Amino acid sequence: MVAVKQWVENMRLDRRKALFGTFCLCCLPTIGRTAAFKVEEVAPGVFIRRGVDEDATPQNRDAIANIGFIVGRDSVLVTDSGGSLGDGLWLRETIKATTAKPIKYVVLSHIHPDHIFGAAAFVPDDPVFIGHAKLRAALETRGEFYRDKLSEIIGVDQVGPLVRPTLEIADGGEVDLGGRIIGFKAHGPAHTMCDLSMLDRQSGLLLPADLLFVSRIPALDGSLLGWLKELETLKAMGAAKAVPGHGAVCVDFARAASDLTRYLTVLRDGVRTQIKQDGSLQQAIKTVGAAERSNWLLFDDYNVRNVTQAYKELEWE
Amino acid sequence: MKILGKVSVVALGILVSSGPLRADDQSEREARWKDIETSLFGARVVQNGDGVIALDAPVRADDASLVPMGITLSAKQPVKSLYLVIDDNPAPVAAHYTFGPAADPREIKMRVRVNTYTNVHVVAELADGTLLETEKFVKASGGCSAPMGMSDEEAMKGMGEMRVKFAGDATPSKPVDATLMVRHPNFNGMQMNQLTRMYTPARYIQTIAVSDGPQKVFDLETGISLASNPVINFAFVPTGKGQLKVDVTDSENSHWEKTVPVPTLSN
Ligand SMILES: [Zn+2]
Repeated sequence: MVAVKQWVENMRLDRRKALFGTFCLCCLPTIGRTAAFKVEEVAPGVFIRRGVDEDATPQNRDAIANIGFIVGRDSVLVTDSGGSLGDGLWLRETIKATTAKPIKYVVLSHIHPDHIFGAAAFVPDDPVFIGHAKLRAALETRGEFYRDKLSEIIGVDQVGPLVRPTLEIADGGEVDLGGRIIGFKAHGPAHTMCDLSMLDRQSGLLLPADLLFVSRIPALDGSLLGWLKELETLKAMGAAKAVPGHGAVCVDFARAASDLTRYLTVLRDGVRTQIKQDGSLQQAIKTVGAAERSNWLLFDDYNVRNVTQAYKELEWE
Repeated sequence: MKILGKVSVVALGILVSSGPLRADDQSEREARWKDIETSLFGARVVQNGDGVIALDAPVRADDASLVPMGITLSAKQPVKSLYLVIDDNPAPVAAHYTFGPAADPREIKMRVRVNTYTNVHVVAELADGTLLETEKFVKASGGCSAPMGMSDEEAMKGMGEMRVKFAGDATPSKPVDATLMVRHPNFNGMQMNQLTRMYTPARYIQTIAVSDGPQKVFDLETGISLASNPVINFAFVPTGKGQLKVDVTDSENSHWEKTVPVPTLSN
């Protein structure tokens, strides 16, 4: 808490520098791409920016996740803040250009850098930062590590400080944007150990963040079996449309969930078969998932890692 | 830190980058290996073992905290001991196996942490004292300081639990493939808790001894380069006594043992 307050102070003192100096959008070497970014209104009052299907680079400023905001009668909720301070500042400017309503809530959907490092840009708005009850512990073990690694790629000024949740969701919860209720669900180990999903009750739109990947290969960092289970929980919510953490900004949920389920099932069954046949991790890495290669972007960058994660989880079954 | 090329940050704590290897790095690496070689073997000559030893290591480690290493040996005479050295890790000697009469050191697989771009060396010592080496260059980063992704308490759950799996039934005097799994976080003292700014104290496996009845399969000396929840694939020649015994000790002097029946073909 003290750290955040202190940072707000610094942010105020540094505001000029922040807005006109280091973080000034027009001075960043990424103007072309930044200008190309825009939010799309996927349901009335729900605006989402499509992240690029790349890994973090100095050029994309880690703006690789789908982020955006929901406007209610009285206030605004940020669905995810972005992958860097620059990305978060861009989103904040976009919100201010769209509505004069105050930003009251900022969601930290899970621990991954591309979803949390934009949060610092919203500290001056003094919003409630909403996260899974296990997010804080995850930030303690990994936050600084992510910050260092991202700094190496895009520069420490671009990364900004870590922000911790001020409202922790242990199971379910909701906030009211003024006649517009947003429901939250804290999930068990799945994509990560701290995945939070959201449902906009007004539009019926589901926002599962990285519990749903579209086009881009899913990254497994929690539990394979858990993810398959949580997908069933999400399906039971009955939403027709969803905003995935990566890929097209709004998709048919049942279809996208079944594509993801298929990949995770291929992973599970392939790894189990390898373990049963005394295939080593080396062997599993070379073979499992190959049939899915043409279905996902960045497959070669993540499949081996996913197989490794799955193997580690399933070999103790 | 070297200039990073392509780096993956979206998904996991471990970063992999690919960039060109500079010439001065090359000579630095050679000097480093010379140092390690001298400290391990003194003035003894280490010969090129290509063709006798093969090291299967990924060129690019997708998960630097869990890098699979496969060592294959086709020595005509018995192999006495084997070293796996990760040159640029904080403690380079990841494993030192001393084989006993029940060993079949054709193939060993294990998983290690790799901290940075580094050469990985395998040195085999034959019965007559001949030393043979082979090397591979591995691109990885952050494997030693990578957070575990869970709390220390969670990581220590079930510490010392072991499993031994056999590939099929054993026939006396014919080699059997076995897999040893040990639950242990293998904290290497380089993982930091951000709030307290304290490093999780090192606590890691130091020795693993495997015997088949009275016959030694191997003694393994290891340390902080071993991945957490270590898994070792090895082969041994069953004596027919039908009991495989595993002894594990860690740096806190905790000791765990497990004896499992070797499934034998009844004829
Ligand atoms: Zn994620």
